[in-house]
Amino acid sequence: MNPLAYLHQPIPLEWYLLLSATLFCLGICGFLLKRNLITVFMSIELMLNAVNLSFVTFAHQWGAVKGQIFVFFVMMVAAAEAAVGLAIIIAVFRARATLSVDRIDLMKL
Amino acid sequence: MNYHLWLIPLLPFAGFLLNGILGSRLPKWLVSTIALLAPLASLAVVTQAASSVLGGATASLPYVETCPLGWISAGSLHIGYSFALDQLSLVMLLVVTGVGFLIHIYSVGYMSHEEGYWRYFSYLNLFLFFMTVLVLAANALVMFIGWEGVGLASYLLIGFYYKKKSAADAGKKAFIVNRIGDFGFLIGMFLLLANFGTLTFSEIGAQLALNPAWQGGVLTVIALCLMLGAAGKSAQIPLYIWLPDAMEGPTPVSALIHAATMVTAGVYMVSRTHFLFDRSPTALLVVAIIGAATAIFAATIGLVQHDIKRVLAYSTISQLGYMFLACGVAAYSAAIFHLMTHAFFKALLFLAAGSVIHGMGGEQDLRKMGGLRKKMPITFWTMTMGVVAIAGIWPFAGFFSKDAILYAAFVEGGSGRVLWFVGLVTALLTSFYMFRLWYKTFMGESRSPEVHPHESPWWMLGPLVILAVLSVCGGWIGIERFSAFLAPSVGHRAAEAGSAQLEVILSIVAVATALLGWLVADRFYRQKVGQAAQLAEVNPKTYGLVLNKYYVDEIYAALIVKPLLAISRYVLGWVVDAGILGGAAWLLGGTALFGGAILQRWQSGNLRSYAAWLAAGAAAVLVYALAPWNAFWPITMEFLGKVAGH
Repeated sequence: MNPLAYLHQPIPLEWYLLLSATLFCLGICGFLLKRNLITVFMSIELMLNAVNLSFVTFAHQWGAVKGQIFVFFVMMVAAAEAAVGLAIIIAVFRARATLSVDRIDLMKL
Repeated sequence: MNYHLWLIPLLPFAGFLLNGILGSRLPKWLVSTIALLAPLASLAVVTQAASSVLGGATASLPYVETCPLGWISAGSLHIGYSFALDQLSLVMLLVVTGVGFLIHIYSVGYMSHEEGYWRYFSYLNLFLFFMTVLVLAANALVMFIGWEGVGLASYLLIGFYYKKKSAADAGKKAFIVNRIGDFGFLIGMFLLLANFGTLTFSEIGAQLALNPAWQGGVLTVIALCLMLGAAGKSAQIPLYIWLPDAMEGPTPVSALIHAATMVTAGVYMVSRTHFLFDRSPTALLVVAIIGAATAIFAATIGLVQHDIKRVLAYSTISQLGYMFLACGVAAYSAAIFHLMTHAFFKALLFLAAGSVIHGMGGEQDLRKMGGLRKKMPITFWTMTMGVVAIAGIWPFAGFFSKDAILYAAFVEGGSGRVLWFVGLVTALLTSFYMFRLWYKTFMGESRSPEVHPHESPWWMLGPLVILAVLSVCGGWIGIERFSAFLAPSVGHRAAEAGSAQLEVILSIVAVATALLGWLVADRFYRQKVGQAAQLAEVNPKTYGLVLNKYYVDEIYAALIVKPLLAISRYVLGWVVDAGILGGAAWLLGGTALFGGAILQRWQSGNLRSYAAWLAAGAAAVLVYALAPWNAFWPITMEFLGKVAGH
């Protein structure tokens, strides 16, 4: 049997979902644990893309295009968010000369 | 015939409103005009009604006027603002508005230099409003309005010099002691409602007349409750203690409220509800005993007081005792007769005393007076009329009414003889202390030469002269005619005739007693000045006991006031209020504070902690959804199996 034969077999749905869940959890961990504001921001992007992966997976599975359209929406919003978010980050850095989330906690008691 | 009874109380009320609201901005003469016109107009309405009644329109009595707007209406119970005019309320109205008007005139002179002139007159008009409501009331509840209202006016006027602590305290004392009596009145009213279903006097009387078999029992209880109310208002044992202290008020107030009118409200109330008392020999006996005991008890205290107004105050208590004694032997018309003459001569005595105080520059101590006869001739002569009248010497007013009471007690027989004897001794004491006051004030030499007394203005002397005339002639109408006139209101019993011979003998005994009192006073205070002081030194204990009013105030303080204060402060104040109620409030507040302090930690303001909570929540939901006991469990297992299968 061709040792590369498995490449022609479709990858089962569960694997995609597991990968998506793993990426999402990594995103959460990054968001909760990282101090650097840019890293936190990237973690959010990671979570969004984890969700995108599951959207695409289901779209492919059911042969429906709705999931892919949703992905475009999410990517669009993420792009807008990236623009605004990075602008805010730059403004914060200018004002406080730091990007550590622990030091830009004006809401804290 | 329309009498417009509603005008009688409402005119003084209008005066009260005008002076009370605008008085501080009005000139003095206008305040006096308003204050005088109000009672004068009331007096005119009363006089018009009186002339019509005396002119023969008695058939229309009792004449009832009801406000078209109802008041309380519940089931079969209907209570309205009803006024009733009958012989009894007519006599009372004449006394209240007549003497009230004279005292208003007097006040213009007496209060002319006082601060708060307008306040004084608005209170005085307010008093007249409530007093006429009390007198005109056709049911017990309307009477209660007046009853409470005169208490309020009395409180306000006793504490008129509110910057003086003793005056403010005396006002509070009068009010609180009266509350005890009002409690009795209230319970009496509740019992009336429960047993008769109505508070209208005439309906209660009619129900009793239909059922001659109703005797004693609950009627005794009702009568005794009402008597408790009367004892509070009319300063009888055991609630008389407020009246002497009430002398802190301005003297015309003492004359009007605490001698002539308000304190007689109890006598009036007992006469008004006489049908209840008539059905209960026990209650009558209690009334008679309280009256007689108060009469002699207060008279003995009056013997040794040094304050001119306090002597008169104890004399008032003693004379009110006479009236209750008369009520107790069911001689209501004699009681009302004495009420009327007493209003004349006691108002006169107080006003004359006020004139003396005014002339002496505020001095009230008998020991510092003396020799005022020449300095204040008109005051002297008018007061003499009052003294002779209250002593009960023929042919002055006091003689006729006191004689009627003593006679009514005597013909009662049995216990009535004892009451008669007590009354006679009281008459002796009365005569003595009044002539003592008279000698000490007007006779001999002045004991404080540095004071230069002057006669009072005519605003004050005019009412004195009128009242002096009334004190002389007020009794000439005679008890027979008076009780015949009152009979439709209070029954015929007092009019029963004894033998004319007995009547004459009793009268002679009474006058002889009065003269004896005068002679003793004459000996002590004119012939052998100083003998009274010697007598006091020989019996220091007795003298001290009487001088200190038998320590009744102190006994009440120790037995009632102090325990009550202690219970209020420690049990109610500390345990109940601070401990239970305050503790509960603190507990609630403390729990909220404590919980808040803990929950506050969640609101750290740290964005990532919020995110962590969010993630933890999402994880919890996920775990719950995938748990073995959940419906999704087979799907979860299938998923895991597939993953494992590859």
